Amino acid sequence: ANFRHVDEAFFDDLEEALIESDVGFETAMKISDSLREEVKIQNAKRPQDVQNVVIEKLVDIYEEAGKNENNQIEFAPEGPTIILFVGVNGVGKTTTIGKMAAMYKKQGKKVLLAAADTFRAGAIQQLNEWAVRDGVDIVKHKEGGDPAAVVFDGVKKAKADNYDVLFVDTAGRLQNKVNLMNELSKMKKIITREIPEAPHEVLLVLDATTGQNALNQAKLFKESTDVTGIILTKLDGTARGGIVLPIRNELHLPVKFVGLGEQVDDLRPFKPQDFVYGLFKGLIEA
Amino acid sequence: MAFEGLTERLQNAMKKIRGKGKVTDADLRETMREIRLALLEADVNFDVVKNFVKTVRDRASGTKVLEGLNPAQQIVKIVDEELTKTMGEEAVPLNKSDKIPTIIMMSGLQGAGKTTTVGKLANKLKTDEKARPLMIAADIYRPAAIDQLVQVGEQIDVPVFEMGTDVNPVEIVRKGLEKAAEDHNDYVFIDTAGRLQIDEQLMQELSDIKELAHPDEILLVIDAMTGQNAVATAEGFDKKLDITGVVLTKLDGDTRGGAALSIRAATGKPIKFVGQGEKMADLDVFHPDRMASRILGM
Ligand SMILES: Nc1nc2c(ncn2[C@@H]2O[C@H](COP(=O)(O)OP(=O)(O)OP(=O)(O)O)[C@@H](O)[C@H]2O)c(=O)[nH]1
Ligand SMILES: Nc1nc2c(ncn2[C@@H]2O[C@H](COP(=O)(O)OP(=O)(O)OP(=O)(O)O)[C@@H](O)[C@H]2O)c(=O)[nH]1
Ligand SMILES: [K+]
Ligand SMILES: [Mg+2]
Ligand SMILES: [Mg+2]
Repeated sequence: ANFRHVDEAFFDDLEEALIESDVGFETAMKISDSLREEVKIQNAKRPQDVQNVVIEKLVDIYEEAGKNENNQIEFAPEGPTIILFVGVNGVGKTTTIGKMAAMYKKQGKKVLLAAADTFRAGAIQQLNEWAVRDGVDIVKHKEGGDPAAVVFDGVKKAKADNYDVLFVDTAGRLQNKVNLMNELSKMKKIITREIPEAPHEVLLVLDATTGQNALNQAKLFKESTDVTGIILTKLDGTARGGIVLPIRNELHLPVKFVGLGEQVDDLRPFKPQDFVYGLFKGLIEA
Repeated sequence: MAFEGLTERLQNAMKKIRGKGKVTDADLRETMREIRLALLEADVNFDVVKNFVKTVRDRASGTKVLEGLNPAQQIVKIVDEELTKTMGEEAVPLNKSDKIPTIIMMSGLQGAGKTTTVGKLANKLKTDEKARPLMIAADIYRPAAIDQLVQVGEQIDVPVFEMGTDVNPVEIVRKGLEKAAEDHNDYVFIDTAGRLQIDEQLMQELSDIKELAHPDEILLVIDAMTGQNAVATAEGFDKKLDITGVVLTKLDGDTRGGAALSIRAATGKPIKFVGQGEKMADLDVFHPDRMASRILGM
């Protein structure tokens, strides 16, 4: 189907496209109901008009959930800005740090990385390789060391040597592992103890291929570390990251950046319009 | 998660029905809707759900379950049985070559758990069969991928063959196989870089490795938290590589893991192992019946 026939079948297809984008059943139904209304209200008939109404309304729905929210990275008025990265295993935390560090370095900022994933094999070397590529400094301890100690040293160095930004990389952990989540809260507390307003950002990295479990991830990471924003990675694949919609409706977390590949430049500010379009791209092109 | 299990869902739906004494077509439709919702919430792929529900409906309406004593429980039983059947009923072991070495090649999206799974499988074979595996580091792209495999090798005391990042992965595999022949390794694992199934160039690289190595086992590693996209991923890899099995990782989380059903339905290939944690011992044989219960929230 496509926008040529705006009938019930069209809305069925729309629902299907939304579900296939991982928006979730309930949210898909809610959205499709309000789109039905809107198309009626605006008396849209021509395919192009309907398409525009649908996109506009979807962006509205997206933005409604995020009134007053900040989709920029929050910088400290003075002193180092501390950005803590959290998320489940393999989503793209370390890679995103590599990309963001390069971006801020280019903007003339003095950037420091802290390798607080001391657990996963090769994690320290991975972050170190990004530091070398980006030409930025790194604080690292030995494999198997105490991650909290790395965080402490990182913050101390960031203050003492006047860094503008400190990125803290942490080991991936599944949100149902209570001990590991507590370890993360502890790292965050250490940062706050050294700089009361910090961390200025706690970024939850979500893999766009994740299904409904991402909602649980967002809930539990928010509980333990007071997440301030989301980075949605791997949007260069065939997954659309629709789970972001219910996450926003329930938790009001803004998406700040999206990952579009493995290279240093594959990071973009989040654009609701592009995202929303991606959710039912197949439907329009059909 | 706030998700209701299928049992609860159906019991609630049936409560409404049972008051009336007779089960109508509309009631049956309502029941099927609940099954559909439960599966979608568990991340089973939309198309897979559609076909699956049809199978269940045919079976349910063909029997007298809806007139029986506890229709909700009977339908849950049908769903459970059909799910288990779809997922393959029995655990399927690793393929083994008649003469050494058995070659096992990994494939999958970025971050799925390939490198970790190589270590876990090598470790398992070492423990179970006193095997002498060799692990080939053929990921030259991801920063420190080789360091990661080398460290895994140290943890489980299994040698790693690597040639750094400046040599073509196909060439690395060729040399690695030569080394394995020299050293009489009985298993060879090929760790490959994560890639998108739509990345033609990198998918061709896997084909080339396959052509050279003739693996006995080509494992697709998939994250259990994967959503609707699991089918596209599995089909993409299977079409290009004709995979021989699947490993489902990160099942130690709280995901329902509907991807398992999607992958199986899309490829017909058996899920052989599940990853249950980050440590080298955290690998289990796949049990379709357990997976069915998990997806259904029972
Ligand atoms: N296609 C694609 N791959 C990505 C993207 N971001 C990261 N990756 C890849 O995903 C894999 C995992 O990335 P990492 O940065 O190591 O993820 P992580 O969250 O730090 O992983 P752990 O520390 O093991 O929990 C790597 O192969 C990355 O190259 C992206 O936006 N697109
Ligand atoms: N909790 C849990 N974590 C796992 C499991 N399997 C792998 N991981 C973690 O998932 C992350 C990614 O694992 P890798 O083995 O690096 O994945 P990969 O597929 O080799 O990644 P790339 O080479 O970047 O494509 C790491 O943090 C692993 O520790 C599992 O079964 N459970
Ligand atoms: K993943
Ligand atoms: Mg990492
Ligand atoms: Mg790997």
